[in-house]
Amino acid sequence: MSASGVLALEVRGLRKTFGDVVAVASLDLQVKTGECFGLLGPNGAGKTTTIEVCEGLLQPDVGEVLVLGKRWHDAEHELRQRLGVQLQETQFSEKITVLEMITLFRSFYEQGPSPDEVIALVQLEEKRRARVGGLSGGQKQRLSIACALAGDPELLFLDEPTTGLDPQSRRQLWELVERLRGLGRTIVLTTHYMDEAERLCDRIAIVDHGKTIALGTPRALVRSLGAEQMVELTMRDGSVGALDATTLSGLPGVLGVRMDGPVVALQVTAAHEALPALLAAVDGAGATVLELRTHTPTLEDVFVSLTGRHLRDQ
Amino acid sequence: MTSSRAVAEPVSAAGGAFRREAPAQRRLSPLLQLTLVRFREFYREPEAVFWSFLFPILMATGLGIAFRTRPAEVSKVAVVAEAAGAEQVRAVLAADSSLDVALLSPDEARKALQVGTVALVVVAAGPSAVEYRYDVARSEARTARSAVDNALQRASGRLDPVSVSESLVSDRGSRYIDFVVPGLLGMSFMGNGIWGIGFSIVDARRKKLLKRFVATPMSRTHYLLSFLLMRLVLLVVEATVLTAFGVLAFGVPMRGSLVLYAGTCLLGALTFGAIGLLIASRARTVEGASGLMNVVMLPMWIGSGVFFSASNFPNAVQPVIQALPLTAINDALRDVMLRGEGWRVVASEWLIAAVWLVVCFALALRFFRWK
Repeated sequence: MSASGVLALEVRGLRKTFGDVVAVASLDLQVKTGECFGLLGPNGAGKTTTIEVCEGLLQPDVGEVLVLGKRWHDAEHELRQRLGVQLQETQFSEKITVLEMITLFRSFYEQGPSPDEVIALVQLEEKRRARVGGLSGGQKQRLSIACALAGDPELLFLDEPTTGLDPQSRRQLWELVERLRGLGRTIVLTTHYMDEAERLCDRIAIVDHGKTIALGTPRALVRSLGAEQMVELTMRDGSVGALDATTLSGLPGVLGVRMDGPVVALQVTAAHEALPALLAAVDGAGATVLELRTHTPTLEDVFVSLTGRHLRDQ
Repeated sequence: MTSSRAVAEPVSAAGGAFRREAPAQRRLSPLLQLTLVRFREFYREPEAVFWSFLFPILMATGLGIAFRTRPAEVSKVAVVAEAAGAEQVRAVLAADSSLDVALLSPDEARKALQVGTVALVVVAAGPSAVEYRYDVARSEARTARSAVDNALQRASGRLDPVSVSESLVSDRGSRYIDFVVPGLLGMSFMGNGIWGIGFSIVDARRKKLLKRFVATPMSRTHYLLSFLLMRLVLLVVEATVLTAFGVLAFGVPMRGSLVLYAGTCLLGALTFGAIGLLIASRARTVEGASGLMNVVMLPMWIGSGVFFSASNFPNAVQPVIQALPLTAINDALRDVMLRGEGWRVVASEWLIAAVWLVVCFALALRFFRWK
């Protein structure tokens, strides 16, 4: 089973609608055993619907889902034993302690680690006897993942594991996911944070309006832009009107131009080659630069260049 | 017991990161764990414990005191002072120990009758004639009329042809407290079954905890059974506490078989547990569920003979009232406790409750919304 190349999850032609709303239009996925796979997209892109169909909690309208090579219809009980699921909005009973909750989840599975081993893995030892009501948001999220680990799952689903957490809790959670990844577990996670997907995932599917619009490793996706660097010019009020996107994109080394209010964003092959010509062109047009920034391209830039929108627009 | 090395150096079977335990080893019973969690959720909520156990006892105490058996009542009557012969009438009535007589002006007497400080006004209307003024709908007024009339007639020479001797009894089992203790027990089965189970389930559904459980291999039957199991254990406490309180503090009799009594309690708790499951089977919000619970419970609070006998209702609605599960449970509890009846008498009441239990549980399983 653990031989590389075997698919842990395969989704073909998935479509799911709720009344008139098309949550997932048409989606294909292949997740290999042992990899950490990310579904990246803005809120409402269909990530949760997709993952819940994979978890066997929703029925697809059209399409086929193979989990660990099995269909939900044929092997529901077996699959439940072999999967770990963390949902986006579960609130555990406030009066129950961490140890009691993990012990409860452990009792559902035929095999798995002892509750204390799971507590150690998610680093909740100090909160072992604390009630859920007294945990911070990050601790509750780690408890939720601990419950998903109670059956020592072969495939772990994490739905927006860091949404709503403060930066420190997010980093702790990232470290936990990296530890699980290091232990060779197959993980499918959804997120709308591009830094999270970039850091945690081996491969990413960028999802928008219920469709996969890009698929690959974070490096390959970023490289697909062809740009080595991103240049962002913030122009003085009004002076951006003097600039013309077509002219700018004709400059040497410039691959693409996007105007967004007073900001002009350019994809360039090499900043040191493109900048002199760019600044000369801005000067020639009589515009004034307030601020100039360059950064190496990120998944956010990939999303913007594919959709014209930012991940957290909305 | 635990080993951090097991985490650090996984024996990598399948996709697993932990040392695999032998399947049979340390297998925890999911039903036991689910039931334990139910218990913890209950007893860590002090208010829930108060309402379930203490409330019926406080109620029984209050009702026991309010409706305690009192010595024979003294009737308050007024004699109108200004009529001729009023003083004579007053003297005759004052000699009767069951009457408390006041001599009032016509105006005062009228007011006293209106506000109920006297039950009857006597107006002397000539040498050997009186007029009684009273409200015939008030039972104490009728009692007063009969006492006054007897006293006056005898004083004027009436002879009673039948000789009467009286021996007074107070029968345990026929007092109000005897009636109300089994009723309160039935009511607490209903309230704790429907609220206790209903709210927990709807709350778990609202918090997406139910969906989270469905994503595990947890048996759905185990989940529902854990609620009924918790009810059974709490039932033992509820029934024992309230019954013992009634018997010890108020001398309520226990005339029938304890086994039949316990069986009735068990059936009652299960029946209302199943009704609670059915009410909670679809509702997504606590508000929606609580409205439904009130609709279900209200007819039984009023109609099923908790505080007053169900026979007070007209014959036309009796078939409906007799078919209610709380009527059946209350009647069975009273039959066994107060009248010492055997299984032949309670069988029909058990049958009614059992039908409710089976039908509601089956419907709840069929229509339960898990997500």
